[in-house]
Amino acid sequence: MIKTKVIQDSYNNKVLEVKDLKTYFYTDAGVVKAVDGVSFDLKKGETLGIVGETGSGKSVTALSILRLIPEPPGKIISGSILFNGNDMLKLDRKELQNYRGNRISMIFQDPMTSLNPVYTIGNQIMESVIIHRKLKKEAALKEAVRLLETVGISEAIKRLSSYPHEFSGGMRQRVMIAMAIANSPDILIADEPTTALDVTIQAQILELVNEIKHKTNSSIILITHDLGVVAKYADRVMVMYAGKPVEFSTVDNIFYKAMHPYTLGLMNSITRLDKKKMGKLNPIKGSPPSLIDLPEGCIFRNRCRFSSDICKKSFPPLREIESGHFVACHRAEEILKKDQRAI
Amino acid sequence: MYPEVKDEKNRNGVISDDFGAAQKKYSKSSLYKDAWKRLKKNKLAMLGLGIVIVLILIAIFAPLISTHDPISRIKEDSSLPPNKAHFFGTDLLGRDIFSRVIYGSRISIQVGIIAVGISIVIGLFFGALAGYFGSLPDTIIMRIADIFFAFPYILGAIAIMTVLGQGIVNIFIAIGVLGWASFARIFRGSILSIKNKEYIEAARAMGASHRRIITRHIFPNAIAPIIVFGTMNVGTAIIVEAALSFLGIGVQPPTPAWGKMLSESLSYIDIAPWMMLFPGFAIVITVLGFVLLGDGLRDAFDPKMKNR
Amino acid sequence: MDNNKLLEIKNLKKYFYLRGGFFLQSNAGVIKAVDDISFSIKKGETFGLVGESGCGKSTTARVILRLIPHSSGSVIYDGKNIFELNHNQMFKVRRDIQIIFQDPYASLSPRMTIGDIVSEPLEIHRIGNKATRIKRVKELLDVVGLNPEHLNRYPHEFSGGQRQRIGVARALALTPRIILCDEPVSALDVSVQAQILNLLADLQKEFDLTYLFIAHDLSVVKHVSSRVGVMYLGKLVEIANSEDLYSNPLHPYTVGLLSAVPIPDPELERKRKRIVLEGDVPSPLNPPSGCTFHPRCPLAQEICSREVPPLKNYRKNGKDHFAACFFAGKSI
Repeated sequence: MIKTKVIQDSYNNKVLEVKDLKTYFYTDAGVVKAVDGVSFDLKKGETLGIVGETGSGKSVTALSILRLIPEPPGKIISGSILFNGNDMLKLDRKELQNYRGNRISMIFQDPMTSLNPVYTIGNQIMESVIIHRKLKKEAALKEAVRLLETVGISEAIKRLSSYPHEFSGGMRQRVMIAMAIANSPDILIADEPTTALDVTIQAQILELVNEIKHKTNSSIILITHDLGVVAKYADRVMVMYAGKPVEFSTVDNIFYKAMHPYTLGLMNSITRLDKKKMGKLNPIKGSPPSLIDLPEGCIFRNRCRFSSDICKKSFPPLREIESGHFVACHRAEEILKKDQRAI
Repeated sequence: MYPEVKDEKNRNGVISDDFGAAQKKYSKSSLYKDAWKRLKKNKLAMLGLGIVIVLILIAIFAPLISTHDPISRIKEDSSLPPNKAHFFGTDLLGRDIFSRVIYGSRISIQVGIIAVGISIVIGLFFGALAGYFGSLPDTIIMRIADIFFAFPYILGAIAIMTVLGQGIVNIFIAIGVLGWASFARIFRGSILSIKNKEYIEAARAMGASHRRIITRHIFPNAIAPIIVFGTMNVGTAIIVEAALSFLGIGVQPPTPAWGKMLSESLSYIDIAPWMMLFPGFAIVITVLGFVLLGDGLRDAFDPKMKNR
Repeated sequence: MDNNKLLEIKNLKKYFYLRGGFFLQSNAGVIKAVDDISFSIKKGETFGLVGESGCGKSTTARVILRLIPHSSGSVIYDGKNIFELNHNQMFKVRRDIQIIFQDPYASLSPRMTIGDIVSEPLEIHRIGNKATRIKRVKELLDVVGLNPEHLNRYPHEFSGGQRQRIGVARALALTPRIILCDEPVSALDVSVQAQILNLLADLQKEFDLTYLFIAHDLSVVKHVSSRVGVMYLGKLVEIANSEDLYSNPLHPYTVGLLSAVPIPDPELERKRKRIVLEGDVPSPLNPPSGCTFHPRCPLAQEICSREVPPLKNYRKNGKDHFAACFFAGKSI
């Protein structure tokens, strides 16, 4: 348990603190509460995994941190995002641009569309270096070569004059990473960085991100729906459901001591390579609710095995059940005690 | 706009589950009903639709609306400016311009709708052949379409009219035949994008015939852009008819047609501007109506505009 | 030896010829999407086909159904090569072999109600009259866990998981014997994925179905399959019993593929030794010589770039285990 120790050492080292973030989208059909009261903190050098299914608000959370929400229809309606103590939500456009791609940068899901097809790879990497670090062209060129080498692209000098379409998906994602780390950011947000890639390439990319994290001691927010990826790379995990965080703790707690019925349901839904032939899976019943028309009380209660009368009354707040283990469930203690997790 | 659009669909990615759930509650409807809902919100499109409906009503009820016989000449009333008896004044031969403009709408609307109808029928047939079967039929049809594209529209219409002779039916044919290529190209494009959809493969896997696949699966899904383009093209067809009539090879006198009225009044523009003004306005408003409606339809059918 | 082979694929090849130039003539290259693969599916089993994108697994399904023409080889069903059947004979075979697609948004026509969608196969094969077809559609919707009263709704009113159920109902309509499942759950969220996997398992038991299950997700394939074939660049590189393949992979590509999948168990992941395959999957237009895997293979030797390794049986404990590697089973 060396990991736990590292986390405790850096306990006061919060790089980012998000408090009660709410991002809504105003559509014709109604108000979509994409992110509805998300709070978490990110420590220096840690990898925070944000897990959830589609529509859980994990990507919108990431975009909100960088204030990349399209407005309209979206709007961050409340909350604060403290980056080294400064509230990102209070910055003006110019100050914000100093943060984006510089102190906080992002790797997107689809490497096919996130590079501009009409500029060379070199051009695009150099651009970000020139904007933020005010380097001369020659120095920027050198820097671009160094960055490409860092992300494992061979013959970097030759590759600078290539266009994105000459690269495979994995290579493009490497370029995206090179651009993201160009200004050695404090925080790297990876939004489903490998979902669009094949398994063997996925492994390469995630190993690369992890390696960079250790080299630069930057913090990573890793957004994914893949529990395997979380288990391997995350130090702490926030599980999201329908715009709200439902469980937040260390990776071990989430996997071995989960208390929220949704987290438990996810664990029971996945097919696993390490287990002998399983019988039937035990999935969560039903499908996620519409974000426009959430059930009253606990948003998960319609699909929950443990739901009771109290769940109809109010949405349970995120409570610290054990030290460092936050759960948003009225019956978390009972679930833990009864050990109803074994089905 | 829906949040996490990126997540909604991607190569190996995940498809939003509550997207469907959100839809379920708020739109129990087909695409056409959805499109109508969006169209209703678009004020300009509704203005266009209003113009088109009023125009069609005017054309149908022309005898009731008009104040005079559009053809009969009254010599003593020649070249009167707008007055109480003649709202739009009279022309050189003493005919009531208001009544002629009202009756003129019949020609314009007929030409617009019938000619575009002919274009659509021809265009859909060849577009479907080219798009669905590909390879050789595609090459041949699309190269012929290219030739039609290369031909100046008005010049082509003049050529056809000189061969077929004058007359309203020949105008339909000339404008209709010349317009097919755009429809064929658009329809071919939408078929190509639909042809490889999995629901087409599913239909083939269950043994559906080509005819069934084209009529039941491809057609309903590929028709929206045709509706849009067709509506806008009605405006173009009306202008071409007006131009032909203006040039003297379209509708023959004394039948009232807006284009003809323009050319007749051309020489008197400085002394009797009303003769030109009113038919000119009629053309502008009619074309505007169809174009606004077409534009609105395009936005209404575009799912990307959804909920914006 | 096995008389219960329901479907037998023999030396199947599907080449795509790229055409270049203005006049659709000159051959610009050949993509060997499926390159000489052979396997058979036994009655009642689930045969899994795994591989990364572009390995030819989906093409295989489409060739079997004759949705795209084959280049050579044969597919034996009911003692007959289905590539030699005429139109009418093939029409009959289509009742027995159905397909479920990956994308529940693209596999249902948005302009048809789900009642029309599910009854269409019955209509095409002229089964029953309108009333009996509606009755059958309701039955089918019930079987796949949907409300039978919803048959007048359109696909967009349903969630991804529900739409996939509609696709399953359509495939079941003709009471097929074989269903080709082409990535049936990879577009779905985990919790919904599990629901569909359970449904497929239930249906298999209830209707005595045989599945060809195509997926890129190894853990899903392991969960559903009794036997698994691994494809790489159009070739089958390993075929084995599901348990054997996962516990004792022989081909280095299978080893790398298995190792690349992170296991949802943090403790285990910390201890696990990982083999990360280097490089990209080569372009199928210009595949490497010899064994197509050799540029990425940690075991590659000189022979691998010269000769194509044959698929050999490394039978163990009475169970067949095929692998196409000169150094099969050697530890990395």
